[in-house]
Amino acid sequence: MQSLSTSNRILILIAALLIIPSYFTPLWQISLWAPQYPEGLNMKIWIDHLSGNVDQINGVNHYIGMNHIGDEMFPEFTYLIYVIGVLTALGIVAFLIGKRWSLYSFFGLMALFGLAVLVDMYRWGYQYGHNLDPKAAIKVEGMSYQPPLIGYKELLNFLAYSGPDTGSWILIGGVVLLLIAIIRDRMEKSAL
Amino acid sequence: MKKNVWLLAAGMIAVALAPSCKPKGAQSAISGDAASKVYVAPGEHDEFYNIVSGGFNGQISVVGLPSGRVLKILPVFSVNPENGWGYSEETKPMLNTSHGFVPWDDLHHIAISTTNAEHDARWAFANGNNTPRIARVDLTTFKTVEIIEIPNSAGNHSSPFITQSTEYVVAGTRFSVPTGENTDVSIDTYKENFKGHISFIAVNPETGRMNLSFQIEAPPFNFDLARAGKNKSHGWFFFSTYNTEMAHTLLEVNASQKDKDYIMAVNWKKAEEYVKAGQGTKKKAKYAHNTWDESTHSATSTMMEEVLVLDPKILKDIVYFIPCPKSPHGTDTDPTGEYIIGSGKLAAIIPVFSFTKMLAAIEKKDFEGTLDGMPVLKYESVLHGEVEKPGLGPLHTEFDGKGNAYTSMFVSSEIVKWNIETLEVLDRVPTYYSVGHLSIPGGPTGKPHGKYMVAYNKITKDRYLPTGPELAHSAQLYDISGDKMQLLLDFPTIGEPHYAESFPASLIKDKQVKFFQIEKNMNPHALKGIKEARVERKGNEVHVYMTSIRSNFRPDNIEGVNVGDEVYFHVTNLEQDWDVPHGFAIKGANTAELLIMPGETSTLKWVPDRAGVFPFYCTDFCSALHQEMQGYLRVSPKGSNTALKFSTGEVE
Repeated sequence: MQSLSTSNRILILIAALLIIPSYFTPLWQISLWAPQYPEGLNMKIWIDHLSGNVDQINGVNHYIGMNHIGDEMFPEFTYLIYVIGVLTALGIVAFLIGKRWSLYSFFGLMALFGLAVLVDMYRWGYQYGHNLDPKAAIKVEGMSYQPPLIGYKELLNFLAYSGPDTGSWILIGGVVLLLIAIIRDRMEKSAL
Repeated sequence: MKKNVWLLAAGMIAVALAPSCKPKGAQSAISGDAASKVYVAPGEHDEFYNIVSGGFNGQISVVGLPSGRVLKILPVFSVNPENGWGYSEETKPMLNTSHGFVPWDDLHHIAISTTNAEHDARWAFANGNNTPRIARVDLTTFKTVEIIEIPNSAGNHSSPFITQSTEYVVAGTRFSVPTGENTDVSIDTYKENFKGHISFIAVNPETGRMNLSFQIEAPPFNFDLARAGKNKSHGWFFFSTYNTEMAHTLLEVNASQKDKDYIMAVNWKKAEEYVKAGQGTKKKAKYAHNTWDESTHSATSTMMEEVLVLDPKILKDIVYFIPCPKSPHGTDTDPTGEYIIGSGKLAAIIPVFSFTKMLAAIEKKDFEGTLDGMPVLKYESVLHGEVEKPGLGPLHTEFDGKGNAYTSMFVSSEIVKWNIETLEVLDRVPTYYSVGHLSIPGGPTGKPHGKYMVAYNKITKDRYLPTGPELAHSAQLYDISGDKMQLLLDFPTIGEPHYAESFPASLIKDKQVKFFQIEKNMNPHALKGIKEARVERKGNEVHVYMTSIRSNFRPDNIEGVNVGDEVYFHVTNLEQDWDVPHGFAIKGANTAELLIMPGETSTLKWVPDRAGVFPFYCTDFCSALHQEMQGYLRVSPKGSNTALKFSTGEVE
């Protein structure tokens, strides 16, 4: 089994440590703009709670029969702290092992985690946008209100945006470091 | 005969041509691109807040400058059915006085709080003239948060002027009145029994809370206006007086006899020392002190019992009189604090007094006599100089911070700009018509912002589309940034503005309260969520604990109320977003609506006078379903046993 160069090992360590800010920074954000909300309504999703204009978004969305958004809507909040903890721990283990396979495994794990998050977000968004109260005051035939997974989307009088927030960007930065480590490792290998 | 025809023809031609010979009026007064200087584009904000007294409407208008747009009418001393001020149970105590509930007053002057003689714009103070009171308005909520009644006073006109760091706000009485134990005296005994009390109200530097610290028992003159010394004259206060003749009838004639009245200079630092040394006398006096608590969203009225009075006849070196020509109205200190400008409304000159000379004259005891033991200084010893031929009827002077003074001339309807140092008249512009007070942003402070000047005119006549016998009072905006004053804009005002102040919007714009945190609402009747909504009966009182949130009331179906019950609607607005007030009104209520801010609780009392079903609804358009925001309350005849029942959204 191939050992990794010290610098590549350090890159793994940094990537692992870059997971830690997820505990203190928002991971995802959803924003809405409308003519009467020029300043926008913004909701942030953290590792275990929501923040921002959640009440206002609920106030606006109840007219079209959308569910009341609250912490209880996200079972992920109960276990995400452990998942993130395990990922960090495995990253440090990968650094300690310092073999090529540990780098690849950790990268794979992180990529899988990212994919899982996106799938989960899509699933939630679909539920939230389609599961409408049949007694809603405003019903638009054929209209559903699924927020965009990433990027912008127009929903009636609102423009909605969804995308990663600080914590996720840091995580993505860590994954990029892992990619760099992989590329460097391959170059070192071919140089031999 | 033929000659007569020719004369007639010539006469007719002369008449036809006559209008074109008249001097040109306002049309020619506008020059340059005035429109663009007052144009605030849609979505843009004005540069200055202009806090304007409403005069006989007892309110304050909040105006933007330079546009002249009215942003808000905020009730102070007068009930305001528009938002339930003085009608809701929470606000009623604000208008309590020693005479009971008083629903109106005459609000003349504004003082914006200062620190070191510069606007900090934390609070606006305003005077109630008729039933003497001073109010404090919080400029983060634009709400009246405190009203203190002034005892031993009548016609609180010489008020609410403040010291340079808002240590004190003063209240000088316009009417001298008999005070003390026996006030049932003959009006003829004016000179013996009438007193002119000057009140010093301390302002807490942190909270703004007012406390009537002491009064000075002055001679029975009429006190008109006042200004605190600032910078070098900090520690002194200057009050203009008229009717020093001490007349009590036909003042128009009898109070205009003397060539000179006085500016009363008060060494309040010295007075403070006497208070500390226990030199005052505690006297019985009943007055109300009303405070608004934003944590409970409600007011409390406390009746006070005594006041500390200083007697300047015994306590020397507090009060000095400066002779000032003919019934001075304004007494204004310039930004440096060195000059005191007296505007004698019947005088032909404007005297400018020097603070340095005043101190020297006091030092040398250069007095022309005494008034009940209080020194009267010599006019010439205190005089810096006189502005010659300024115009007719000088009233009030403001400053631009560049060494110039601007004095309004009521009788000759003009504003005169002059140099404080040289006393030279630099410019004059007409006003339309009969100008009262002037207001320059920061004008009365140690740091005027200059740029604009507003003239508040007393007579309007033909300036706007006519509206019957009563016309809007007119204000005029001038550009004073150049050498010459330039008229920019006419705009109508609300009520009858007397004095106003302006300050840069940036001072408070970002400090505005947008809504009240519902978790912090300590009103005893507040509801924290829709689940707490309920109706309770206590004897003949029915308490409806109601929530409002877009777009429903909970409960919205109520039964079990009888004719003659006292029904209290305690409505909590559960919204937590800016600009989402809800209203509440019920048919036949003898009060007014409630207008409840997000996170606030207000109470409306209603005594149903007949059986039936009474609708109630939201009065402030709140959402697309505002028109659905309504409910019903059933009233049964007196003595009925209809079960108390309340619900929302239940359909059988």
